[in-house]
Amino acid sequence: MYKIRMDKIDGLFEKLCERYDLFLPVGDSYKKYEKGDKPGEKTNTVRSPKDFFFPQTEDIMKFRTEGKKTELTDIRVGKDDFIIFGARACDTKSFDILDRVFLSPPADTYYKDKREHGVIISAACSRPSETCFCKTYGIDPAEPGGDISAWTVNGTLYLQPNTEKGRAVTDAASGLLSEADGNEVEEEKERIKKILDRLPLRDLTTDGFGAGKTKELFDKKEWERLSEMCLGCGTCTFVCPTCQCYDIKDCKTNKGVLRYRCWDSCMYSDFTKMSAGQPRHTRKERFRQRFMHKLVYFPENNDGEFGCVGCGRCLVSCPVSMNIVKVMKTLGGKNDA
Amino acid sequence: MTRDELMPQTAVITDIRVETPDVKTFTVLTPDGKKPFMHKPGQCAMLSVPGEGEAMFSITSSPTDEEKTEFSIKRVGGLTGYLHDCEAGQMITVRGPYGRPFPVDTEFRGKDLLFIAGGIGLAPLRSVINYCRDNRDCYGRIDIVYGGRSKDDLVFYKEITEKWQNEKDTGVYLTTDKEQDGWDGHVGFVPGFVKELGFDSGRTAIVCGPPVMIKFTVSNLLDMGFDKTQIYTTMEMKMKCGIGKCGRCNIGSKYVCKDGPVFRFDELDELPDEY
Repeated sequence: MYKIRMDKIDGLFEKLCERYDLFLPVGDSYKKYEKGDKPGEKTNTVRSPKDFFFPQTEDIMKFRTEGKKTELTDIRVGKDDFIIFGARACDTKSFDILDRVFLSPPADTYYKDKREHGVIISAACSRPSETCFCKTYGIDPAEPGGDISAWTVNGTLYLQPNTEKGRAVTDAASGLLSEADGNEVEEEKERIKKILDRLPLRDLTTDGFGAGKTKELFDKKEWERLSEMCLGCGTCTFVCPTCQCYDIKDCKTNKGVLRYRCWDSCMYSDFTKMSAGQPRHTRKERFRQRFMHKLVYFPENNDGEFGCVGCGRCLVSCPVSMNIVKVMKTLGGKNDA
Repeated sequence: MTRDELMPQTAVITDIRVETPDVKTFTVLTPDGKKPFMHKPGQCAMLSVPGEGEAMFSITSSPTDEEKTEFSIKRVGGLTGYLHDCEAGQMITVRGPYGRPFPVDTEFRGKDLLFIAGGIGLAPLRSVINYCRDNRDCYGRIDIVYGGRSKDDLVFYKEITEKWQNEKDTGVYLTTDKEQDGWDGHVGFVPGFVKELGFDSGRTAIVCGPPVMIKFTVSNLLDMGFDKTQIYTTMEMKMKCGIGKCGRCNIGSKYVCKDGPVFRFDELDELPDEY
């Protein structure tokens, strides 16, 4: 484990910028480091860092068209190495979940290329929020994971590299870092654990959900009531670090056609609407799809792993305060509604 | 950089055949005149006219056709409308093939096959029917029940009447929704016609057509003593990626693009009723 005083952190960031593009959570979002930027104290950014690997919109190829002729151009360019500094444990876990979708064969090369060049320095949550429920999914915000785990204790940043990519970063900054024993970090972990035990959602469980629960949950009458308030705005899917549904669209340019991919949402009626018909006619079906996917279908295909990390963004952002926690409390086994 | 699965290859529509007032069959070849890929009966491919969109279509030619790959497409929306207005020589893009095919070389082997189709639903089955005809010794009887809104809406009419109908151990039963001058064949909907014909339940049934036709046909087959494990269908959902990632063809834990489009009815029982 290494350490550096927080008042020296500008020097560390400058050093890392020599080899990497560095991104920090500043205020509500991640931004590319500029001299003087400090990592924000907020537990979570409004938008998740999934943009780094799966951008909201991404040009994927171009076509030159002339009369009946069409020519395809691969517009992918090699990505430079970059660092995401300060992703929380929940967001770091969300990358593993996105990996299960995008890296399963055939791998999505747009995603894979970015993933291979990204280094994640994952920060422990010194102040978990009242909307946090990562513990429900076995995520420990005191042990953030990533390529490097980071803790800030009493004005000192501690860094524990976990992977080769992580070690390359600490090696690059070795002149600025000093060796540390883990005592202060252990105390910090204990302090965080005590906060977790006091959080309002500490007892939320996944009981009643998971693989094999489709028959039991799909026809529950409660979906009607739960979905009644939903506006179908899709905000929850956009702020969600694990929502990965996308659309592919074409845009005509003066020289041809640009094909791009962009986030889409299962909450929208045109998500499944075809000329032949619409399998999910009402809000109820679309609402149910989102939560059944995260809590039943995804675990069924992914060794029991849920498609949610408990970051709480949807709890904060939903304009009508409907969210996955309410669904779990209403339909789950041991949760008190 | 390895080629991305979303990246198509360019291809040329070399021939367009009018099947019915709203269905055309397109022959698609690579620019140097070859089949764009090898496929299995029941698989699909993504066709696109850049700028007009990209969509999944079933491949209607049989893999045993060594010369060409064909798609029979009904005019229903933007992209299909554009394709219908195209002339031969139009370049498009194609990627695939995608999905799980019909088990023609395993479960279908040695079986009496009963194909039941409605309207454009014969398009994906034509690939299977012609594959079985070209490997005739591997299968028992082949019976084909096919219905359309009118005689003019029956796709592959020439092929059905000039080839399929005249082969040994093959039965072809056509029906139309309503009476019409020049049609002295059966009149009535497919599900009822199947029941009327009264096939014995030892066969393997392959059903494709509009959802309501599939629903009533399967219900009648079950009444006739067929088991769900003997009935296959091929499904349709909106798709964008074709490789189980974009999320929209998800039904329960399955993705129609990669786990389907072919399903056996006992498998569909395990999925939520949302298709």
